Amino acid sequence: MSFAAQVIDLEKDYMLGSVPVRALRGVSIDFPHGDFVAIMGSSGSGKSTLLNLLGALDRPTRGNYLIGDRDVSRMTDDELSEIRNERIGFIFQSYNLIPQYTVLENIEVPLHYRSGYPTIGQVEQSRIMELADLVGLGDRMDHRPFQLSGGQQQRVAIARALVNDPQIILADEPTGNLDSKTEEEIMETLLRLNREGRTIIMVTHETSVAKLAKRQVYMKDGVIAGEGVFPG
Amino acid sequence: MPNLMRTVQLALKSLMLHKLRSGLTMLGIVFGVFSVIAMLAIGEGASQQAQQQVLQLGATNIIVRSVKPPRETASQQTANSFVLRYGLKRADFDLLSKTIPTVMQAVPIRELVKACRFLHREMNCRIVGCSPEYTDMNHLELAQGRFISDKDRREKTNVCVLASGTADELFQYEDPLGQSVKVADRRYKVVGVTRAREASAAIGGSLSGQDYNQDIYIPLETMRVRMGDLDIDRRQGSFSAEEVQLNQITLRISDIGQVMSTADVIRETLERTHRNGKDYSVVVPQELLKQAEQIRTIFNVVLGSIAAISLVVGGIGIMNIMLATVTERTREIGIRRALGAKQQDITMQFLTETIVLAGSGGVIGVVLGLATPLVFQLLKVLAERFFFDSGGASEFSEMFANLSPQVVPSSLPLAFGISVGIGVMFGLYPARSAARLDPIEALRHE
Ligand SMILES: Nc1ncnc2c1ncn2[C@@H]1O[C@H](COP(=O)(O)OP(=O)(O)OP(=O)(O)O)[C@@H](O)[C@H]1O
Ligand SMILES: [Mg+2]
Repeated sequence: MSFAAQVIDLEKDYMLGSVPVRALRGVSIDFPHGDFVAIMGSSGSGKSTLLNLLGALDRPTRGNYLIGDRDVSRMTDDELSEIRNERIGFIFQSYNLIPQYTVLENIEVPLHYRSGYPTIGQVEQSRIMELADLVGLGDRMDHRPFQLSGGQQQRVAIARALVNDPQIILADEPTGNLDSKTEEEIMETLLRLNREGRTIIMVTHETSVAKLAKRQVYMKDGVIAGEGVFPG
Repeated sequence: MPNLMRTVQLALKSLMLHKLRSGLTMLGIVFGVFSVIAMLAIGEGASQQAQQQVLQLGATNIIVRSVKPPRETASQQTANSFVLRYGLKRADFDLLSKTIPTVMQAVPIRELVKACRFLHREMNCRIVGCSPEYTDMNHLELAQGRFISDKDRREKTNVCVLASGTADELFQYEDPLGQSVKVADRRYKVVGVTRAREASAAIGGSLSGQDYNQDIYIPLETMRVRMGDLDIDRRQGSFSAEEVQLNQITLRISDIGQVMSTADVIRETLERTHRNGKDYSVVVPQELLKQAEQIRTIFNVVLGSIAAISLVVGGIGIMNIMLATVTERTREIGIRRALGAKQQDITMQFLTETIVLAGSGGVIGVVLGLATPLVFQLLKVLAERFFFDSGGASEFSEMFANLSPQVVPSSLPLAFGISVGIGVMFGLYPARSAARLDPIEALRHE
């Protein structure tokens, strides 16, 4: 059986001075294609650390992490960048748009870093328009982030995460800063992406949000404490 | 390398985020580039000025002039007489003109300052005893009539040619041609008037500036018989007299390549005939040209260094701002890294921004640099109005007034290139430090 991503005995130590902080202490978990996982757990339990490793933003101290058939845990910095660019879409709690860029330019950013640096042509332009329509911002392409509401900004971030057509979407508390109505809209969008076949891994504190995922993973003190499926 | 146009466009966008700051930073480079171009232009202007002056003297000419010896040697030499004898002799002229084969032409000159009169108008003029070749060697042109002829010299006729200034002064209403000017109780018939000519400036020791416009030219032989070799001066109440046979011999050399070697021969020859003290000097315009060239090189190096320092200061300003920018945009760097930017991409991005900043400053600096002559003209007008009108013209102000900067074409790409180079040099460190940031920490940055 092939997985979208696979984590084997993953450990992460942070050095605080000379004292290691063991943020992850041996995490193993498989993500089949088309999975939708909500990671939950108390503050400091290692959720973000795990998500950062899954996003190839960092290398584990010990253990392995496979995306498709490639082992990410021993990759060089440049290879990690390539993996992030091609295979992963990020959605952050605080949207993380580039403030001086317009909506269009923000969605475009991952295209600038494709390997071989192909120019942005007609195909890409129409894909950007398609994505903007998908998240309902087709008429806001010239706006700058400060001219948009939080929900709109998050939708720009989703469009940006999708522009290179990644298999895995990682979201760290994507609705943490939003009201419940906007939260619903964003979750609606994520669910649709999941139905289209994308693997989504999401960190959240809210059971109402976690309930929408296919399965839930609970973390405690750097290990997986339990798994469950909502509802019931 | 991603699409260059787009990269530059996005770099501009980021720079426009802080318009004032970017503008002020750019200003450092603008002034740096401007001063490089301006300094070189001033150096070039000065050099052309010097070259022109030397060329006026004639590149194939060698000028030998009588020089009054210093007092001590003079008193020894003339202990028993009232008359100070010094300078070039007619025998020297014969020797130089006849024995040196490379001398094509030799023109002897005798000069005296005397009062000249026409009717009731009087002025002090330089009386120049010369030969027909004088016009040719000094680039004099006639406005009216003719110059001294060989016949005048042979027959020692009492004729004269007036310089334009002299003619204007003495003949305010009359046509000078055919009239007579009175010099030292003798009348000389005016046969010609020269065209006005720019004064030659003083270059190097013995050759002082010459104002050709207060001259009266008469045949050399006429001068000798009418005025003699003696010049008696009773000005200071005491009596002093000088005896000089010739004030100057101008020699034209057949080939420009022979000038230097001929000058050496002339020096040796005169050294043998003038054993008691050096009462003459040999001026070689070509040598002056070389000296001027050397001075120019030193000038350019000094001015260039000053300009370069201002460029470096501009570069430090850029580096300072870029470091601040990197700190401010740490979050943005984290976002880009998360979206797939490699370290090298981040380096390129910030380097591009720095280069765009320095390059735009360079372009503006080049445009300003092109306007150097205009700016200089403006300064001149201001300076003349506020500083130099009160006192007499000092040597500096005169030089300043005559100087017109010449923009050196090659300095434009040079200065622009340096500005871009400064951008790379001072942009590299901030860009590298941006690229080395840890993506996760950068993302967490507030
Ligand atoms: N860069 C770091 N240096 C040192 N310790 C770190 C670092 N990043 C995380 N940690 C530690 O690792 C542990 C796990 O942190 P992590 O951010 O993964 O928690 P979290 O589950 O995401 O918490 P929250 O719900 O508050 O976001 C914490 O004890 C934290 O202090
Ligand atoms: Mg967290």
